[in-house]
Amino acid sequence: MAVSGSDVDRPLYGRGPSPGLRFTLYALLSIILMYYDRHGQVVQRIRYALQAMVYPVEVAVGSPAQAWRALNDSVESRRALRAENAQLRAQLRDAQLATMRQAALEQENAQLRDLRASLPPLIRHWQLAQIIDVQTDPLRQRLVIDKGAREGVVANQAVVDSHGILGQVERVGPFSAEVILVTDPEGAIPVQVLRNGLRTIAVGSGTDGEIVLPYLASNADIKSGDLLVTSGLGGVFPAGFPVGRVMGVRRESSQLPAQVRAQPVADIERDREVALLQFSSDNPAAPAPHPAIAPAPAAKPKARLRPPVDLRDE
Amino acid sequence: MSASTHPRLLILGTAIAGLVLTLLPLPHALAVFWPAFLVLVVIYWSTMLPRAGGMTLGFAAGLALDAFQGSVLGEHALALSLVTYLAIRLNLLVRAKPLFEQSLFVFAALMAYEFLLWVIDGWSGHALSTPLRWLPTVTGGLLWPLVAGILGRFHLAR
Repeated sequence: MAVSGSDVDRPLYGRGPSPGLRFTLYALLSIILMYYDRHGQVVQRIRYALQAMVYPVEVAVGSPAQAWRALNDSVESRRALRAENAQLRAQLRDAQLATMRQAALEQENAQLRDLRASLPPLIRHWQLAQIIDVQTDPLRQRLVIDKGAREGVVANQAVVDSHGILGQVERVGPFSAEVILVTDPEGAIPVQVLRNGLRTIAVGSGTDGEIVLPYLASNADIKSGDLLVTSGLGGVFPAGFPVGRVMGVRRESSQLPAQVRAQPVADIERDREVALLQFSSDNPAAPAPHPAIAPAPAAKPKARLRPPVDLRDE
Repeated sequence: MSASTHPRLLILGTAIAGLVLTLLPLPHALAVFWPAFLVLVVIYWSTMLPRAGGMTLGFAAGLALDAFQGSVLGEHALALSLVTYLAIRLNLLVRAKPLFEQSLFVFAALMAYEFLLWVIDGWSGHALSTPLRWLPTVTGGLLWPLVAGILGRFHLAR
């Protein structure tokens, strides 16, 4: 039985401001918040605090998926584990073979650049972070990771997995950070075709496992199977990190840009951990040290790019 | 019993459940259709118990969505305030209708909600026009009878 007289059961417009007035007030408040979110510091600070509050819920919401993975892991049979172990050994051997000459090559590179001192390593510091939440809808392709400002994560940091570029840090909270994936429709990353050095920009399609290259002329020299690597422009990623592999090229008319689809090399569906990279600014291959492309809230993807400065030609 | 004496607790609990459902990490194929359950929950309480939740419920739920989805702070708050206002204003009209017609109302409300988000996205420089963005409004309308049925079980079974 409803308790009569409790204020819940009073007639709708009996007391207090009417819904219309309240709606007006809340609408105004929302608009003020939105305005200052873009133009002020105060709301940014509120947002930072909010992200700390949101973190436990994100962990809780992500936990069923985590639990499912953990369960899968724990019931995996001995045979499967051994097979995986053998496979990992093989991969490690290949990786070791591939990097065997790296020290020598770096030395040679330094000499070619006519630098007296040996170069500092490109990656100054990296840290692993667990994925606690994945958002993959057509408008947002984001990850939430369990490292934040407390662990030294900064906005625009490069995020990779063991295969290649995953994305970059978009927003940092105290304990967590949001990563915008290369497949996010608002993400744009300057790339280069490894085969011939053709530079362009890869944009997320909003679909899992697909990025597009919308700014190529129909006669551009690009074909299926080409590997796309970061071009080093844009100030976030150094040159040469793998981004994706071209899956298909459609050229409909010489007037229209070619339609190029590519698949990211990073294994976004299966990753559990990602690596956050920090580059040493002394290395010539490192991206420009200033946080150049702090995603201005009003910026469209294209506007994220810095003016073209090829650091490797210095 | 407790449900009818403490509708605010019930509303808070179901709103949190709705928020968790909204934010659930899903495979892409499902996420495309996934409606914002929190909005459905807010519409339900705004039509069925307009006095208990009131405008504050809509605004607070919208702020929560903003905090979780990383949108411009106030975006979802404004859109959800509008939906709540519509639902409170039209509650007597909607409540009396069969579930099917309620679904149509919910669909219209979700369309208004999404439209407002789309406008604000455009204004704040996140303009993305993929037709897929309208898909969850359809599934939201279709799922309304289910959501209303489940929530009705909580507060109508006295």
